[in-house]
Amino acid sequence: MSTMNEAEVRAEVREWLAANWDPDMPLVEWRGRLADSGWGMPQWPKEWYGRGLPMALARVVEEELAAVGAVGVAKSGVRLLAAATILEHGSDLHKKRYLRRILTGEDTWCQFFSEPGSGSDLAGATTRAELKGDFWIVNGQKVWTTSAHHADHGMLLARTDWDAPKHEGLSYFIIDVKQPGVDVQPLRQMNGHASFNQVFFTDAKVPKENLVGRVGEGWKVAMTTLAHERRGADGLPPPPKRGTRIGRIHAEERAEAEKANQPYKWYPQRAGRVDLIIDRAKETGTNKDPVVRQEIAKLMTLAKCAEWTARRARAAQRQGRPQGPEGSLGKLAASHVARACARVHTLMTGTAAMLTGPESPREGIIAEILVSVPAVSIAGGTDEIQRNIIAERVLELPKEPRFDTGPFRNVRRN
Amino acid sequence: MSIANESTSEPKRRIQFAFTDEQEQFRTALRRFLNDRSPTTEVRRLMATETGYDPAVWRQLSDELALPGIHVPEQYGGAGFGMVELGIVMEELGRSLLCAPYFSTAVLAANAILNAGTETQKAALLPDLASGARLATLAIAEPDGDWNPAAIATVAAPAGDGYRLDGVKSYVVDGHIADLLIVAARAPKTSGLEGLALFTLAADANGVNRRQLAAMDPTRKIAQIEFSGAHASLLGNFDDGAKAIERTLDQAVIALANEMAGGAQTMLDSAVNYAKMRVQFGRTIGSFQAIKHKLADLLLEVELAKSAAYHAAQAAAANDPEWPALASLAKAATSETYMHAAAECIQIHGGIGFTWDNDTHLWFKRAKSSEVFLGQPSYHRELLMQRWGV
Repeated sequence: MSTMNEAEVRAEVREWLAANWDPDMPLVEWRGRLADSGWGMPQWPKEWYGRGLPMALARVVEEELAAVGAVGVAKSGVRLLAAATILEHGSDLHKKRYLRRILTGEDTWCQFFSEPGSGSDLAGATTRAELKGDFWIVNGQKVWTTSAHHADHGMLLARTDWDAPKHEGLSYFIIDVKQPGVDVQPLRQMNGHASFNQVFFTDAKVPKENLVGRVGEGWKVAMTTLAHERRGADGLPPPPKRGTRIGRIHAEERAEAEKANQPYKWYPQRAGRVDLIIDRAKETGTNKDPVVRQEIAKLMTLAKCAEWTARRARAAQRQGRPQGPEGSLGKLAASHVARACARVHTLMTGTAAMLTGPESPREGIIAEILVSVPAVSIAGGTDEIQRNIIAERVLELPKEPRFDTGPFRNVRRN
Repeated sequence: MSIANESTSEPKRRIQFAFTDEQEQFRTALRRFLNDRSPTTEVRRLMATETGYDPAVWRQLSDELALPGIHVPEQYGGAGFGMVELGIVMEELGRSLLCAPYFSTAVLAANAILNAGTETQKAALLPDLASGARLATLAIAEPDGDWNPAAIATVAAPAGDGYRLDGVKSYVVDGHIADLLIVAARAPKTSGLEGLALFTLAADANGVNRRQLAAMDPTRKIAQIEFSGAHASLLGNFDDGAKAIERTLDQAVIALANEMAGGAQTMLDSAVNYAKMRVQFGRTIGSFQAIKHKLADLLLEVELAKSAAYHAAQAAAANDPEWPALASLAKAATSETYMHAAAECIQIHGGIGFTWDNDTHLWFKRAKSSEVFLGQPSYHRELLMQRWGV
C-alpha cells in the first residue's frame, strides 16, 4: 500500500495530466498511456497498471481526471470482473496478456457461467472440458451471455471431473471466443430485444496455460468473479465538465458507450418506471378514480419505503454500524416495486394496454414496461433464491436437506 | 428540541436516515426497562383489570425515564426531545405491549396542548402531564368512527366565562381513567373545518358521562363520553382550531405508526423463533421453503414499514413540509404490515397460535385495533393522494 496522502496524490496526478492529457489523441492510445502510468486503475497493484492506492484515494484520482475532462480507462461490461479475477487468480502470463487490453478497451470480455440446465444452481454446470495434449477441449452450451457476439475472450466455468462432488469438479478457463468451435447466437427475449446470447461449444479449444487457478478450483475462482458482479447496465459517460478541453476522443468514447448500451435500452422499463406513475394518472384522468388512487398510493408507498430502506442501509454503513437486515432486501423490494408498477400502469392505461410499439402510449414505453418487468425477479438471482438467502443468512433459518452431494455423475440433473 | 410550530415552516435540518448513538442508547435502556416491567404475564394481568395499567410502573417510567414528557419542551417540564425520540418510545411500547396510559396522555393530550394552547395554558397544563402526575386524553371521533375533523358534530356554545359542550365522543383512548379531557368541538351552526376548536375540562365535571367500551384489544382501553351541557374552557382559539386538531392527529398517526412497526417486529421475531424450534416431518419447520419464504417476505415488509415510520418521524422532527403526507403514508404502510405479520405469526404457530394461552393474539388484537384507530389504511391512502396533490 502506498503511503501517499491525498494532497500528494492530487499534485502528482495533476502534474501527470498536464504533461500527458490530450483530448485529440486516439482513444486506445490515450488509454494505453493512462494504463501504463497506473492512474487508470490506481487501486490495482503497482506491478500491474496500478499504484496500490486505497479506494478512497483512487476516487481522488478519478476526481482529478474528471476535473480536466480526461477520459478514463475502459470499464464497461464484464471487463473489470474478468480483470479482478485475473488479478486474484491468474498467472503472470494472463496478467501480461490480458489486463492492458482490457483497460484500453481493445478487448471485450464475456462470462460463460449460466447454462440452460443450471440457472439458479450455477455449480451444476455440465459444459465439459477435457484435457487432450496441450489443449482443453470444450463441449456444451452457455446462456444469458452478455455481449458474447462482440467479445474477444470469455471467462468459462466448465466441468473437468465428473466423479468429484458438484462444487469440486469445476475448473475456470479463459477461452478465445473468436474460434470455429464457438457458435454465438442471439437470444431473443419476450420483449423482442436480444440483449443476451446463447453460445454453443463444439470441440472448442483452450490452450493449457489458459486455466485460471488449479483444476477443480473453478468454483472458488468463479466466486471472485461473482463478488465483483454489478447490477444494471452501464450508463453513458457523463458529458465532460464545462470549461474543459473537448476533443475527438470524447466523441469516440461516446460512440463506444452507445454501442455497448444499445442492448440494454429497456432496462429502465423492467424496473417498472415508477417515475411515470403520477404523470400518467393525470394524463389519463384516472387520478379521479378512487380505486386507481388507492392503487397508486399503495405503489408509491412501497416504492418510497424501498428507497428509504436503501438509504437507511447506507446511512448505517456510513456510521460504521454492522449491516442490519435492511441491507439484504433491495433486490426483493425492487421486484415488488416493478410488479406493482406494471399492475398500476395497466390499471391506468386500460384497453390501450393491448397495444405495442409506437401505437402504445408514450411511444411504446408503457407496453415495454408490461413485457419487461418479468425479468426483474429473475435476473441476477431469482426472488426465490433471494428469499432463501435472506431466510438463511439474515433470519438464520436452517438449510433445506440437500440431494446433490456425492459424485456429480450420480446427481440428478436436467 | 420541541415540536416545531406551524409558523416556522422552514425545514430546520435535513431528514436523517440513521438514529444517533444517543438515540440508540436511549432505546436500549428503554427496552431493558420494558423487558423487565412488561413481560406478557404482566400484560395479561393488567389487561384483565378495569383501569388497565399499573400505577407503580407508570410512576417509574415517569420518574426514572421521563417518558410522558419526552417530547415536551423543558420549559413545560418535559425532557425537550422531539418526534424521533417519541417514535422510539412508541416503537418499544409496541414491541412490548406495555399497558399504560401513554398514548392518551403523552401522544394525544400533550401534543394537543402544545399545538393549540396559549402560553399560559401550556405552562399550566403540561408540567403535570409531563411528570405523569395527571392523566389526560383527547376526544375527537364520535360514534360514527370518522377521523376526519370535518365530521365532528359535538357543539361548544358560549356559556358564562367558558363554553357548554353537547355531544357524544367515542373511541376515546383511556377515556375511562383520564383526569383531564381535551375535546374537539365546533361553534354552533358551523360545518366542515370552520368553527372547530379544542376544549379542556376535568373528567369528573358535571355533565360528563363516561362509559368504558368493550374493546376487542384489551390492552388499549377505550371509552364513550357523553357531554350534556358540560362546562369547558377553550384551548387556544377558534381561528387555528382545525389546524391544531389536524396537526395533533398527524403527530398521533406517526406515533401510532412507530408503535405498529415495533409490534410487527415482535410478531416477526416470534414467528422466526417458533419456526426454528418446531419440528414436524422430522425437520424444523423453518427449513421448509414454504415457511422460509413467508418469513423472508415478512422481514422485507417489516423493514419497509419501519422505514416509513422512521422517515415520517424524522420528517416531522425536521419540519419538512411533506411530513403530514408522510404521516399518512406511514399509517397505511405500518397498519397493513402489522396486521399481516400478526396473521402470519398465528399461521406459522398453527393450532397453538389460535389458543388464548399463546401470546400471539395479544399483538394480533393490538394490530387490528391499530389498523382502524385514527383512520384505516384506505382513508390514509386517499389523504396521501390529496396531500401530494394527485
